[in-house]
Amino acid sequence: MSKVNNPIFEVLNYLIQILFVLICLYPFYYIFIYSISSPQEAIKGVYLLPTNLTLSNYSQIMQLDNISWSFLISMLRTIVGTLVTVFSCALCAYIVTKQELHFRKIIYRYIVITMYFNAGLIPWYITMKMIGLQNNFLLYVLPSAVGAFYIILLKTFIEQLPASLEESAMLDGANYFTIFRKIVFPLSMPIIATIAVFSAVSQWNSWTDNYFLVSDERLQTLQMILYNYLNEAQILASSNNINLNDVGSNMKRLTPESIKMTITMIVTVPIMLVYPFLQRYFVKGLMLGAIKG
Amino acid sequence: MFKTTTRGINWNRLSLLLMILPFLILIFLFSYIPLFGWSYAFFDYKPGLGLLHSPFAGLKYFHLMFFEQGSELLRVLRNTFALSFLGILLSPLPVVFAVLLNELRSKSFRKLVQTVTTLPNFVSWIIVYSIVVAFFSTDGVVNQLLMKLHWISEPTQMLSNSEGTWLFQTALGVWKSLGWSSIIFLAAIAGIDAELYDAAKVDGAGRYRSIFHITLPGIIPTFFVLLILSISNILSVGFEQYFVFYNPLVADRIETLDYYVYRIGIATNDVSFGTAISIAKSIVSITLLFSVNYLSKKMRGQAII
Repeated sequence: MSKVNNPIFEVLNYLIQILFVLICLYPFYYIFIYSISSPQEAIKGVYLLPTNLTLSNYSQIMQLDNISWSFLISMLRTIVGTLVTVFSCALCAYIVTKQELHFRKIIYRYIVITMYFNAGLIPWYITMKMIGLQNNFLLYVLPSAVGAFYIILLKTFIEQLPASLEESAMLDGANYFTIFRKIVFPLSMPIIATIAVFSAVSQWNSWTDNYFLVSDERLQTLQMILYNYLNEAQILASSNNINLNDVGSNMKRLTPESIKMTITMIVTVPIMLVYPFLQRYFVKGLMLGAIKG
Repeated sequence: MFKTTTRGINWNRLSLLLMILPFLILIFLFSYIPLFGWSYAFFDYKPGLGLLHSPFAGLKYFHLMFFEQGSELLRVLRNTFALSFLGILLSPLPVVFAVLLNELRSKSFRKLVQTVTTLPNFVSWIIVYSIVVAFFSTDGVVNQLLMKLHWISEPTQMLSNSEGTWLFQTALGVWKSLGWSSIIFLAAIAGIDAELYDAAKVDGAGRYRSIFHITLPGIIPTFFVLLILSISNILSVGFEQYFVFYNPLVADRIETLDYYVYRIGIATNDVSFGTAISIAKSIVSITLLFSVNYLSKKMRGQAII
């Protein structure tokens, strides 16, 4: 590959790649410039550069009660959910690597087998209602706490750690939990970071649990709020929410389009912020998955 | 090394079991208990009554699904298969993209392409929906531009065009996942022995020959595994994408099996019927998975699960 032996191929390849990059990037760029343009100018069309640069769309949108509140809910579910997932999976993985664990093989199989079956939407829905997770913040956190796939990844990693460290701590009288907290968890950071980033992205992006089981206004996630704004009809139908046109006229200068674009941007930005970390870890995570498979 | 007492319980050892117990209970709650819900399919389940007081219905709901509601099931299956089939048909695209990306000589440009093209995979379908509305609705960017250029006189109706739904949804799926799916093939290419390329060059092989005789054979095994896995997933095209793009005008073409289960079981609250469809789907999926696994073992001497 050191010398160019086919310039046409080379040029064509670059063109294809550039085209695809534009197709992937431009939509996000468009929403960004729309959200920082003055709504009245933007409605006439913005394509390449923002017109009448302003941040007032953001300041006005963030003043809407349900937006700032659901931003908090989404943040909370992402942070708490990720912490709970990482802690639970790491602890489970550590415990199943211990030969001394009673019923070790059975317990490990009991966990792994859950990857291969899924009861389906309706039985899941009824079960959640039955155990009281309807309109409950725990719905966002508990069901995703223990994931078989993450446990397999972590277990593979923990098994490769040198046993000597643990043995010397054991001799010093440390119990299993202390060893987990002080030795195993810190040493497993590379894989834990991978899992944390993936778990955070999936928490931030999930909304079906919210849609199916949470009607409480105080527990709506940002994704759901955006979906509601996108379907104006739905908003008009429910009296609890604010009518898009009312919002526009109350705050002046906001159009339904700029409201939608600005909220879309608010929902996308956190993903963009963790994206550099994602990038660093995703190939690693994917490869580990491939080895397992 | 363990503080073992000769008689009685080894508390230190038992502490392991006690620590993992809460998580085993969580798994039981969220993965095993829903399985008991499969019994709803055999009763006339009334949410207020509970299972114990619901009358036994036998196979009534399966009969309903296959015979009385058969035409609805057929329509839903047609959509599901069409979308799956288009997806499988386009599954070589990530391979092509990975090979092309690998041929780029500028490392930093390659990195840039990879970074940008994986981004859509990490945003939710609601974001995608918002983008699509901004671009393809009647007063969206695409129509604005085409009208300004006088290429069209009437705005196009992408979101409510029933005939184009399958293709449009497949294209959106490709947009969202192409960059991400190609990463695994890039990793496979990176694993190919560089000496093979050097040897081929000494023998006078050009770029195309290297691609067709070294790169492609190197990633075919990975491609094959993913292909048969996607065949076993043929009934699971997903829910979120078709839910957000669902509207009455395209309902006929966009309603997939997962959406049908949702509509029957949650939107119209017919729990027993919804569960029956779920069960039928699970049985078919598991059968497919084991069949392709068996075939893979026979043909390649390698199991995939």
